[in-house]
Amino acid sequence: MNELGFWERLGDWLTDSATWSGDGGLLQLTLDHIWVSVLATAVAVAIAAPPALWLAHRRRGRFAATALANIGRAVPSFGIIVIAAVVFIRAGGSARFWPLVIALVALAIPPIFTNAYTAVTEVDRATVEAALGMGHTEREVLRHVELPLATPLILEGVRLAFIQVIATATLGAVVSSGGGLGRPIVDGFATYRSGGDVKLVGGALMVALLTIVADRAFAGAERLFVPDGVRRLFPDVGEPLDVSTV
Amino acid sequence: MSVLAQSTGTPFFRWDWVTSHTDDIWAATVEHLQLTGLAVGSGLVVAIGLAVVSRRWRPLYGPLTAASGLLYTIPSLAAFALLVPLFGFTRITATIALASYTLLILLRNTVAGLDAVPAEVREAAVGMGYTPVRQFFEVELPLALPVIVAGVRIATVTVVGLVTVTALIGMGGLGAFILNGIRRSIAFPTEIIVGTVASVLLAAILDLILLGVERSLTPWAARR
Repeated sequence: MNELGFWERLGDWLTDSATWSGDGGLLQLTLDHIWVSVLATAVAVAIAAPPALWLAHRRRGRFAATALANIGRAVPSFGIIVIAAVVFIRAGGSARFWPLVIALVALAIPPIFTNAYTAVTEVDRATVEAALGMGHTEREVLRHVELPLATPLILEGVRLAFIQVIATATLGAVVSSGGGLGRPIVDGFATYRSGGDVKLVGGALMVALLTIVADRAFAGAERLFVPDGVRRLFPDVGEPLDVSTV
Repeated sequence: MSVLAQSTGTPFFRWDWVTSHTDDIWAATVEHLQLTGLAVGSGLVVAIGLAVVSRRWRPLYGPLTAASGLLYTIPSLAAFALLVPLFGFTRITATIALASYTLLILLRNTVAGLDAVPAEVREAAVGMGYTPVRQFFEVELPLALPVIVAGVRIATVTVVGLVTVTALIGMGGLGAFILNGIRRSIAFPTEIIVGTVASVLLAAILDLILLGVERSLTPWAARR
């Protein structure tokens, strides 16, 4: 059907300046994708981290933390994104941006909450008691003892959430014109037999590259944020995520 | 109330649709289970193989977890998109992509489980004349099973959610309802909610079943 082979057409598509520039170009889509993901992750951290840290400090709500982790894993992100979009459209709004952000925030909260909670509860009890014995208030203990020691694990949770959010944001393209780099993939599926296969693979390569770069960049940033002394206790900060504990 | 009904068109949820589509829902659930089973099953076989390799040649464990971590990072939609040109819109595409997500969890848990087998037990097996293969299948693997099953639980629950995305390559199990619901000229929320809720229920049921398996494999563990 096409005179050129698949790889040549893929090469042509990826080197065509029209692919990259303009409103629906890959550059714009990449920026949209990063923006929606960073925003959703940041909002989720703001919502989930404070209660997780405080509850963990008081050793309350262990059941809630476990339940939230399990529910978070079981809920299909595809369904949540579609439901959020439909609710917005029925309320007379647009499905482009906010429903996607809200769905992504909901999906990012469980891993962030659970990891932050676990991180604080795993701080050595003797250390906390020593701090209390030295006259620190509860608030000071949380801020100056538990939080620094828990930072590596907390950040692992945020990284996991961030990577999941970037991955899930692509599904936004199924329901609306949002969804960043999911756009060429969804369009590519729709026009697969008539040359869309190139868009499909090109878009997929871009998303895969984005998640890998984001993961490595975040891992690098983790090393910067973790205090030196604490880092010596956690030599594998920034290593592949330990998904089995989250 | 009437104004609201007019402005929103169809009601948000219609029970009569659910009761008149029980056969479809059942068929989709079965497909969902099959796709999940294929993915977790093949993921487990590969993970056990990789675990054996990385225990035999320890320096390989790091690179292998890093590689499976990389696969875990790649979005499911992108994985499907990259595999479709090779395997078409088939179950092979779905299985490979979904299984690749289970590798990191299953590899880590399998290695951790095998590492936890006490050295005395191994020595006893050697002393009793077990060949390495029999020792692995009859002594080490059974003792590692509880930890492996714990990994299988996490992998299964994750995959049940991801199977919905295979709707985009023409499968999807319960995810097909989600996609159909949004593709109608006026979005039909009932179908979307049925697909999502049924998927959550399926994940919860499988999790409970596997929890039962995990407990029955560790009868010595204290009950709460």
